[in-house]
Amino acid sequence: MTHYMDFERPLAEIEGKAEELRALARTNEDMDVSAEAAALDSKAASLLTELYKSLTPWRKCQVARHPERPHCRDYIEALFTDFVPLAGDRNFADDHAVMGGLARFNDQPVVVIGHEKGSDTKSRIDRNFGMARPEGYRKAVRLMDLAGRFGLPVITLVDTPGAYPGKGAEERGQSEAIARSTEKCLQIGVPLVSVIIGEGGSGGAVAFATANRVAMLEHSVYSVITPEGCAAILWKDAEKMREAAEAMRLTAQDLRKLGVTDMTIPEPLGGAHRHPQETIKAVGAAIADMLKELSGKKPKALIDDRRRKFLEIGSKGIAA
Amino acid sequence: MNWITNYVRPRINSIFSRRETPDNLWTKCPECGTMLFHREVSENLNVCTNCDHHMHITPRARFEALFDGGIFTEVKVPASKPDPLQFRDQKKYPDRLKAAQKQTGESEAMLVACGEIGRTPIVAAAQDFSFMAGSMGMYVGNAIIAAAQEAVKLKRPLILFSAAGGARMQEGILSLMQMPRTTVAVQMLKEAGLPYIVVLTHPTTGGVTASYAMLGDVHIAEPNALICFAGPRVIEQTIREKLPEGFQRAEYLLDHGMLDRVTPRTQLRDELISITRMLLGQPPAIKGDLPAPKTDKTPPEAP
Ligand SMILES: [Zn+2]
Repeated sequence: MTHYMDFERPLAEIEGKAEELRALARTNEDMDVSAEAAALDSKAASLLTELYKSLTPWRKCQVARHPERPHCRDYIEALFTDFVPLAGDRNFADDHAVMGGLARFNDQPVVVIGHEKGSDTKSRIDRNFGMARPEGYRKAVRLMDLAGRFGLPVITLVDTPGAYPGKGAEERGQSEAIARSTEKCLQIGVPLVSVIIGEGGSGGAVAFATANRVAMLEHSVYSVITPEGCAAILWKDAEKMREAAEAMRLTAQDLRKLGVTDMTIPEPLGGAHRHPQETIKAVGAAIADMLKELSGKKPKALIDDRRRKFLEIGSKGIAA
Repeated sequence: MNWITNYVRPRINSIFSRRETPDNLWTKCPECGTMLFHREVSENLNVCTNCDHHMHITPRARFEALFDGGIFTEVKVPASKPDPLQFRDQKKYPDRLKAAQKQTGESEAMLVACGEIGRTPIVAAAQDFSFMAGSMGMYVGNAIIAAAQEAVKLKRPLILFSAAGGARMQEGILSLMQMPRTTVAVQMLKEAGLPYIVVLTHPTTGGVTASYAMLGDVHIAEPNALICFAGPRVIEQTIREKLPEGFQRAEYLLDHGMLDRVTPRTQLRDELISITRMLLGQPPAIKGDLPAPKTDKTPPEAP
């Protein structure tokens, strides 16, 4: 069953009707509905094209958060072989909101790290909805260190509403953990590439996305705060999230213009959740391209490349 | 404090709290409510003489009290592109900026300066909470990078006073990008083998805490400063319980291992001199040589 978003309601109605007709025909042998159903299908298809042609920033947020959107785990399963998950921060716990380990990408050994949101109630709770605690960032630091010492490229998959705002997380130094993770991203002398596959939520995302190359899926978002949070602060009304999303420039298209990201990966019509396999394949191709660009570069060149990239960000503004 | 102040103050309070007091003469401590002579408070670095509450202090007033003889040279910060996102909420961002500039007399939320403390040459950077809550945008990032570059060029330590409500919302993703940008600045200092000391003042929150404010060689906080990633209100809404008294305050962070020290503002200068001189392998500062300058000027203070 498809999860429809509020703006897809007309689409849900048409697709529902087509489905009903077909169900009816299955129990009623002398009924021929194929022409009618096909008409509905084509109507649905053109509506889908229309809806996704120019998604508003807020609608993109909804798509980026869609529960059936492929998550980190799906990407690791499909794009990597020999995945060996590595756990723990060697200090306090293993944070299930962050998964990572050794794996092969096109046969090349790499370290892969990402936020995992979970796919059903049980796993969502286990993964804390992709909101990492300090242990998650400290695990990432440990894995990046490992990659750096053994010369393995690092691939990060970013998909988090943000770092977890909890009591224990603060007690154990959420800020410091995020700062150290960002610092580690800047220190390692191996290629580091990142893909924002869903939500790039604030510091929790930066901690993984301070990379040589950053790609974003077409309908993913990346921002300093959620639109709801921004609306609550600046509009004094969390319901003004549409306006906030508009003003914040959080879409892949705007971030490309601002020079925050290096490439935008197109999504199949109707969003990644409608065609997960196609999306995963496209992300795999983008990762391969980014790694290829960086291959053969010396550790110092990679570190310098990353520094220069971030020091230069923002000098142009949106109009450029 | 002598018996006269102790004896006289309650009477003065009882007289003045009931009517309008001229702003330029009196300041009311937001913590204990005591009416304090403005001049007395500014001489005490905006620390309440009654309850030791640390009020906000502008970077300029702080630097005047920090540097020998109150003398410092400002380090030029490369201008950033104004309103990079063409952001507008209920007001236009440039209008908000102009209002903050008018109110504070400063161009942005961070001041960088060179000078000497106890005859020890340093570079200092201070965030201005009175300027749009000290929020971190492109300018603050540029200021920290400029401070680090100046420190590296002059081979001096950097002392950074943080104070921010978090990110400059109106610069959206670009404010977030200051986390890696300022981290690069900190790395420049570390690679040059220069001390980087962070003084966390009230409040230091969000992306500021989760980047340059938590990457110091030494972390000192002013008493009772709120220091956190997620603010208490956000956490209370998330976990739906009341947080304990003192949660995310400086003393709490000290207990949880995130800080080296909690030091009252009035003792900070001496402590910073001692620490930097030891880290630089220099002999102790001569006590009594060039005492901290007395500021008898009234710092521009928001009412
Ligand atoms: Zn007081």
